[in-house]
Amino acid sequence: MSERDSIKEVLGKATKGDKAALGRLLTIIETSPKKASMVVSEILHEEGGAHVIGITGIPGSGKSTLISRLISHYKDKGLKIAVIAIDPTSPLSQGALLGDRIRMQEHATSPNVFIRSVPTRGVKGGLSFSGVTMIEVFDKLGYDKIIVESIGVGQTDIDIMNVAHTIVVVTTPGLGDDIQALKAGIMEIGDIYVLNKSDKPEANKTYAYLDFALDLGELGGVDKRGWQPRLLKTSAIMGEGIRELADTIEEHLDYIRSSNKYTEKIQTRRMLMVKLLAEKIFLEKLEETAENSGEVRLEKDNNLYQASINLIKKVSRELERE
Amino acid sequence: MGGAADILELIKEIRGRRIKVLVAKLGLDGHDRGAKVVARALKDAGMEVIYTGIRQSPEQVVETAIQEDVDIIGVSILSGAHIPLMERLISLLREKGIDDIPVFLGGTIPLPDIPKLEEIGVDKVFLPGTPLYDIIKYTVEAVKKKRSRGN
Ligand code: B12
Ligand SMILES: Nc1nc2c(ncn2[C@@H]2O[C@H](COP(=O)(O)OP(=O)(O)O)[C@@H](O)[C@H]2O)c(=O)[nH]1
Ligand SMILES: [Mg+2]
Repeated sequence: MSERDSIKEVLGKATKGDKAALGRLLTIIETSPKKASMVVSEILHEEGGAHVIGITGIPGSGKSTLISRLISHYKDKGLKIAVIAIDPTSPLSQGALLGDRIRMQEHATSPNVFIRSVPTRGVKGGLSFSGVTMIEVFDKLGYDKIIVESIGVGQTDIDIMNVAHTIVVVTTPGLGDDIQALKAGIMEIGDIYVLNKSDKPEANKTYAYLDFALDLGELGGVDKRGWQPRLLKTSAIMGEGIRELADTIEEHLDYIRSSNKYTEKIQTRRMLMVKLLAEKIFLEKLEETAENSGEVRLEKDNNLYQASINLIKKVSRELERE
Repeated sequence: MGGAADILELIKEIRGRRIKVLVAKLGLDGHDRGAKVVARALKDAGMEVIYTGIRQSPEQVVETAIQEDVDIIGVSILSGAHIPLMERLISLLREKGIDDIPVFLGGTIPLPDIPKLEEIGVDKVFLPGTPLYDIIKYTVEAVKKKRSRGN
């Protein structure tokens, strides 16, 4: 069987609801950009209409616990839910401990739920590419809600959040008047801000502070014309505020569907797939070439800029040859 | 026994090839120290480790292995219920047509139970006090063996 045929076979099974096949398909996407591209060409001709929800916030803020509650809510409505849970790879050992699932295991055996843990991996651009491509696959397979969890640090996480239709930023009491929380970058990208752990005594103070920041326009500053960012309180542990959160997420979906933002996001996603794969291929080749090439040197009389351009040209030539 | 040089050799081997391990606590058993220690050791050796948390049913473990598409499943049991739990886990895997994912087990397992567990299909059993190096080495070799069979 040719590579393409075997990919078609796995995809066919996954489309019929075979979770083992879907599991394997996601591994293919993670491990081989060439095969991932074949998968994409098989599915690109139609789109499923999924709602991609990005959930971001610092570690420990309760994202996974909150997602588990959202899954229950969506399950009751008869929806199909996919979760992409991103955790960092250790730069030292290159290993990863993926623990988001712990909070969602009650859904492990639900027929309409599929949860996948994804390590960020060392390769530059690698995760962003596989993450975005996984979204494309879940969309095609008819998942209604695709929830992406990430800590929102670094370009990779921001890229992934950019393809979400709705971005939920989760924070907790106690961080409130710490200006770092606002500076973290992610505080600007939210459509919805959630103060989780509102069962804690300091919650009211933090809520007041965040509410003030929202009024000042310090939250949700970037390109949110037409949508006034919201602030909500939840307790994922107690199951409080989940309905309100889900309702607000739906309200935001209505908003993006009624403007042209829904299709814009899909276009962004597809553009990103091309850009990220290009980046991945190029950077991997660059590393290989720089390592193997004796020509990459900077002599006293060399021009640094010219030397860099020469290296780029060499990388392009090598890629051309493949 | 692993000296520093052996460990470095092993870690070199792990890098570059992706090994995805599921570490699962099976049954009504809150002893999670061993499982966490093992999960961390495998991670520090360079593997991608998914930890399920405590009190998992065999059904949950099998579904998790399927969705995460792991190379190998490591189970931790200190409750004494290892025989029925492992029987159920492995028969569920076989029902799903999965016979290429090695399953290994750690915890307080009485020595006389080991042959029975192997008969059920458990690839290897690790008892309390096992050096972490042995567990890392086994995991790498088991995945290598599995892949050389063409999976
Ligand atoms: C610490 C401990 C506790 C702590 C647990 C804390 C925690 N969060 O883990 C507490 C105090 C809570 C506790 C409670 C109980 N415990 Co207790 N506990 C122990 C004790 C003393 C040590 C276990 C331990 O943490 N060891 C350290 C870790 C690192 O070692 P380990 O788990 O064995 O792991 C190693 C190997 O087994 C193996 N391994 C383990 N998991 C895995 C997984 C994989 C994939 C691999 C490859 C290897 C591997 O590798 C590890 C490294 O070498 C043992 C006795 C003993 N010596 O084992 C009893 C013991 C396990 N407990 C026992 C009992 C009965 C209980 C209780 C029921 C007591 C009671 N009547 O209340 C409760 C039940 C708790 C529950 N909810 O399940 C019995 C179990 C008897 C049995 N199996 O039939 C034991 C054996 C004591 C005894 N001799 O009676 N316990
Ligand atoms: N008090 C309280 N604790 C919570 C709440 N939500 C989550 N937690 C706890 O916070 C810790 C981190 O939760 P987790 O969902 O893993 O956070 P994540 O790292 O953001 O995914 C866990 O111990 C949770 O039980 C909440 O609403 N209130
Ligand atoms: Mg999490």
